[in-house]
Amino acid sequence: MTRVQEQVDAIPGRGQGAAPLLEVRDLRVTFKSRGRRPVKAVDGVSLDVAPGATVGIVGESGSGKSVTSLAALGLLGKRGVEISGSVKFDGDDLLNMPEDELRAVRGKEIAMVFQDPMSSLNPVLTIGRQITEILERHRGLKGQDARDQAAELLLSVGIGDAVRRLKSFPHQLSGGMRQRVMIAMALACQPRLLIADEPTTALDVTISAQILELLRSLVVDSQTALVLITHDLGVVAGLCDQVHVMYSGRIVESAPRRALFANPQHPYTTGLLASVPRLDQPRGVPLLPIPGSPSDTLPWVDGCAFAPRCTRRVPESVGCPPALLPLEGSEPSHLVRCVNPVPEDHT
Amino acid sequence: MSLLEIRDLKVHFPIKKGILLERTVGHVRAVDGVDLSVEKGRTLGVVGESGCGKSTLGRAVLQLEPITEGSVVFDGTDLSTLGARDLRAMRERMQMVFQDPLASLDPRQSVASVLAEPLRTHGHKGDHGKRVRELLDLVGLPSTAANRYPHEFSGGQRQRVGIARAIALSPELIIADEPVSALDVSIQAQVVNLLEELQERLGLTYVVIAHDLAVVRHISDDIAVMYLGAVVEVAPSDGLYDDPLHPYTRSLLSAIPIPDPEVEDSRERILLRGDIPSAAAPPPGCRFHTRCPWRQPTRCHDEVPLLREPEGVVGHTVACHWAEQVRSGELQPITSEVSLMVDAAPSGVSATAAD
Repeated sequence: MTRVQEQVDAIPGRGQGAAPLLEVRDLRVTFKSRGRRPVKAVDGVSLDVAPGATVGIVGESGSGKSVTSLAALGLLGKRGVEISGSVKFDGDDLLNMPEDELRAVRGKEIAMVFQDPMSSLNPVLTIGRQITEILERHRGLKGQDARDQAAELLLSVGIGDAVRRLKSFPHQLSGGMRQRVMIAMALACQPRLLIADEPTTALDVTISAQILELLRSLVVDSQTALVLITHDLGVVAGLCDQVHVMYSGRIVESAPRRALFANPQHPYTTGLLASVPRLDQPRGVPLLPIPGSPSDTLPWVDGCAFAPRCTRRVPESVGCPPALLPLEGSEPSHLVRCVNPVPEDHT
Repeated sequence: MSLLEIRDLKVHFPIKKGILLERTVGHVRAVDGVDLSVEKGRTLGVVGESGCGKSTLGRAVLQLEPITEGSVVFDGTDLSTLGARDLRAMRERMQMVFQDPLASLDPRQSVASVLAEPLRTHGHKGDHGKRVRELLDLVGLPSTAANRYPHEFSGGQRQRVGIARAIALSPELIIADEPVSALDVSIQAQVVNLLEELQERLGLTYVVIAHDLAVVRHISDDIAVMYLGAVVEVAPSDGLYDDPLHPYTRSLLSAIPIPDPEVEDSRERILLRGDIPSAAAPPPGCRFHTRCPWRQPTRCHDEVPLLREPEGVVGHTVACHWAEQVRSGELQPITSEVSLMVDAAPSGVSATAAD
């Protein structure tokens, strides 16, 4: 075997000026339940998020993109979950932080927006109460001050008639408005990091465009770092500086967005791009699906997890797990985990 | 002649109030006057956002929803004139593929039983096992799949079973309601390709209902865009993208993200204000005028636009009073700073008025 097994992964997103705001190193999450094989949901993810950066994490269901963020914020619970590695936010280790300290960071310094706003909002409290609760807890605002601030937040996410809306219950709002409320809550404490997990997947196209535009302008205005988790390559194409593509618990390709779309190197990335019809391309271009399904994977210890579905599979794909490294002659910020990457002229 | 003709179809659902004496207090106009036709062997795509009535339209075509007004003519026969027995016989020729294959397949039935059921129901004699193997082969599943149960399959494979069930009776028309939206991105293309392949081999006619315009454009010959129960534009697939005429279609197209940073950075976005109004109380005049960036005073509010071919356009109909002016650029969209606003009311005014 020519490849050296000890090759260490390069760190995606590293070296963008200042010290990273979020530093994830070799994060591993294993779900264990009695009588079943343990499931490695996240299998050695390392990444850096610089202050003010917008980072996209792209993957299909089961790729570990959501679990990565949940584990990093200590939201997975303790039972049946084994987490290893390290997650540092501004130098503080989040994984070993006592729960009360962590709670002070979560919601204040780091905020999260989830996919389905209806199940993330409390149905029996008005949205005003839910926003002021955060302001009271983290910023010590009370009474009218908190209510004024809450109304201002609603205005900032594009909800007019804010004072009246504060008295609404979640079920009285439309899906797009609920997601705006979630974003308002996330921004209540001017967090330094916002994690948005499929923020527009449950929404209609025109509403989703509104929400993405909102996120885009908020990130630019407030210099908040954004981690956007999505399955839609189109969403990251317009929004994220750096994009990480995940497959089966690991990052398989990481690049600045322009480089990623202009010159995708991992067969999974090119496969994803070729399998979705594009509106701006002439009709009649046949779709090239990725064969098999995301469940046909190899454990990473045995080689490349994508190998069973890969059209560029070579004997070296199996046996030794490929490392995440820049290709020779390509940008150091463009990393790929593949022994037989897609050549530049391929696309 | 068209295989399927939908004429002025209306499906209104009553809104009931009260417990004992249920009074009808209004109607949800899910489908409100739709005219469409599909030629044999072609594919009509129906796109629109949630609540626009596209699924109700599909179900109403198969007489799965009570029709309030209008008619569905299949191969020359008005379906609403048929009795239960004749309708059942007719159903052999039109089948449906559902969105969520896990929800539409009985978890306690083996695949063989799922696929043989339509044959049994419609009184087909002979070797069902052979037909089941044929069907599995057609949709690209191994014959060993026959003895397995839905939960043993992945989402893409389950949808293949759903498609196999739909073609079991060799129908002519298949209505596919969001056939790929529940599937993973890398799997969607497999199912889209399968649908196209089956159309070629079996000469099927499709009505594909979906919210994903890119998928619909790929698979359809013609596309109908629906908004709030009505069709606002019908065009050949290429024409719709190259020359969208209705303001709603334009904003819909501009809202769909394209996986290419160069395109994303340079394209112009038409952001719509607010949400779709309620179908129980659609706006008067043009249904889209409350959100339309091109709306003009009084006419858009007062007069319902009809589907028509604008001047200089052939084979492409649109329901907009100002289609020509929007197309030529004579009318410009109103772009304002409040494009992110949900409510039309200026915030300052309402904030003081509310307390």
